[in-house]
Amino acid sequence: MLNRLLSHDLPRNRWLALLLIAIVLGLAFTPFLFPGTKALNVAAKIIVFIVLVASFDLLLGYTGIVSFAHTMFFGIGAYGVAIASTRIGPTWGALALGVAVALLASLLLSLLIGLFSLRVKAIFFAMITLAVASAFLALASQLSDFTGGEDGLTFKLPEALRPATMYLDEPLLGASIDGRFLSYYVLFGVALVLVLAMLRIVNSPFGRVLQAIRENDFRAEAIGYRTVVYRTLSNVLSALFATLAGCLLALWLRYNGPDTTLSFEIMLDVLLIVVIGGMGTIYGAVVGSVLFVLAQSYLQDLMKLGASAVEGVPVLSQLISPDRWLLWLGILFVLSVYHFPAGVVGRLRAMRKSS
Amino acid sequence: MTTPTTVASPVQAAAAIPKAGFDLLPLALTLFIALAAWPLIGSTSTWFTLTVAGLAMGMIIFIIASGLTLVFGLMDVLNFGHGVFIALGAYMATSMFTAMADWAATDVLWRNLVLVLATIVVAMLVAGAVGWAFERVLVRPVYGQHLKQILITMGGMIIGEELIKVVWGPTLIAIEMPDALRGVLMIGDSTVEKFRLLATAVGVVVLVIMLFMLNRTKLGLLIRAGVQDREMVESLGYRIRRLFVGVFVAGSALAGLGGALWGIYQQGVLPQIGAQVNVLIFIVIIIGGLGSTTGCLVGALLVGLMANYTGFLAPKVAMFSNIGLMVLVLLWRPQGLYPVANR
Repeated sequence: MLNRLLSHDLPRNRWLALLLIAIVLGLAFTPFLFPGTKALNVAAKIIVFIVLVASFDLLLGYTGIVSFAHTMFFGIGAYGVAIASTRIGPTWGALALGVAVALLASLLLSLLIGLFSLRVKAIFFAMITLAVASAFLALASQLSDFTGGEDGLTFKLPEALRPATMYLDEPLLGASIDGRFLSYYVLFGVALVLVLAMLRIVNSPFGRVLQAIRENDFRAEAIGYRTVVYRTLSNVLSALFATLAGCLLALWLRYNGPDTTLSFEIMLDVLLIVVIGGMGTIYGAVVGSVLFVLAQSYLQDLMKLGASAVEGVPVLSQLISPDRWLLWLGILFVLSVYHFPAGVVGRLRAMRKSS
Repeated sequence: MTTPTTVASPVQAAAAIPKAGFDLLPLALTLFIALAAWPLIGSTSTWFTLTVAGLAMGMIIFIIASGLTLVFGLMDVLNFGHGVFIALGAYMATSMFTAMADWAATDVLWRNLVLVLATIVVAMLVAGAVGWAFERVLVRPVYGQHLKQILITMGGMIIGEELIKVVWGPTLIAIEMPDALRGVLMIGDSTVEKFRLLATAVGVVVLVIMLFMLNRTKLGLLIRAGVQDREMVESLGYRIRRLFVGVFVAGSALAGLGGALWGIYQQGVLPQIGAQVNVLIFIVIIIGGLGSTTGCLVGALLVGLMANYTGFLAPKVAMFSNIGLMVLVLLWRPQGLYPVANR
């Protein structure tokens, strides 16, 4: 049963399995285990990032294509929900319409970009997506009537998902059962389904072809697969999953703006997580996102402590100030590309083989 | 050897090789766009102002992008970290302007020019040195692996940007334009910003030096040959690695030079400047054809002109003019304006 659910792609390492079980259980029971708004927000962010990063892994890790337009699709999803909810009002219909329109927009756009630029060298694709994404970011901030410009859009959700909606008067096991609680489990459920669906995709015959293209596209073409078609499909699929991740984020934040979903920083974050977590393993996205978001939310406090400890030492205190944590992440990123390209997950899996 | 008449002497053989005709169409396109904008803008003086401004912007972009395109052409390495050198150049300009503040405060032209020249030299030296280290540490281990190159150089970009924040701080640093270079020159009814004029002059000097180096020296011959066919040059006994390191350092230095000009022109520097300009130069080298120097120049001029015309005619769509231009050019010539063989 579990085997089928995971599409026969088991963790293949005891520690990795334990880690994954801990993550899933931790996320499933966050409202009970870690009461408080911050913990819940962090958990929700982890969930959204898992979907986003896994969808990027589909493209980068499995097909070997570097795209810098991934946050564009993330943003389209978030804007779809946000714009529909502000225009039509806080109804379920508006939510559904927003998601549907966003998916359609992403589908068309990714198809267009894919057909246009995946024919030529992969390096073109990286550059063209970078240019398109920056143009889209500019567009989103320019069309302020439609997208709220730099300020973004704050909107209301349907009654059932609002924080003020209480389902039980008394907190249950330390968690208040309100609209927020329900939203969290909507996020969790949808994300679980999406990740399992992605596992299914990468372990299907289609996914094998993608990996073949990654390893040797010339040979894959020689065997008779039309690499352009497969690459484009992979691009479209990954864009659609990213769009859904964006919808989830908007649903949780009840807000969307250019900096929340479209900014280049998020694109870099996604890139860092995929590589550090492990390219070409959907589990890498899960582990990487958890580590990254936890570090982002809590490690910075630790760095602040460290920075105050060495205060007065001119360069050192600058280097470990919490604002500079991306520096260390960048170094970790470069080291992992060189020395363990399969990331944390690949490392754990390799441990079993050697022992 | 009995029929010496059939053996052509080297001179004759060289003459027998048909000269490759220079492709004038892209240049005509640049001219066409400039002329097409004339009636749209209406006033001749405004048009002239915008055209000169666009060409100056194009020259700065060309300086920055030329190194990137040569590096790609020669070694098939696309450096996503090129933006770091641009940012470095711009930040060196801020430091130099602070260090030589009294040279900037006077309105004596030659003192101001010395300041700008000193800034350019320092920016080029520092960016070149960092470029050497960058190639050595980051790029060298990943030759021939495109995916890793993109990732590694992107990582280098992140690290570089963070280090810049460590040294210069994350906030905007303003650069005061030197007094004598501030303001505009009036030519008839048209205005020409003095600094753009200076930037154009520097750009032309760089262009001339570069064309001379590439077309009239042995070094340039080897570089051009390497772009066409790397293996052949290697098998003739030249160490293309060394050549490549030289080009990489020169390219980084040029990026530093362009960054310094760009920073002074914008009158302020943010750590993100590198990433922003990066997008622009990628568009330029895609338009021009990856690896082509002439294409890079034409692409840069096109982008500069388009940015200024659309900025005047329709500021809202100015951001997309470059993307639109790129799409149209690629529909016309999928490999860019001047495709490089073997790419």
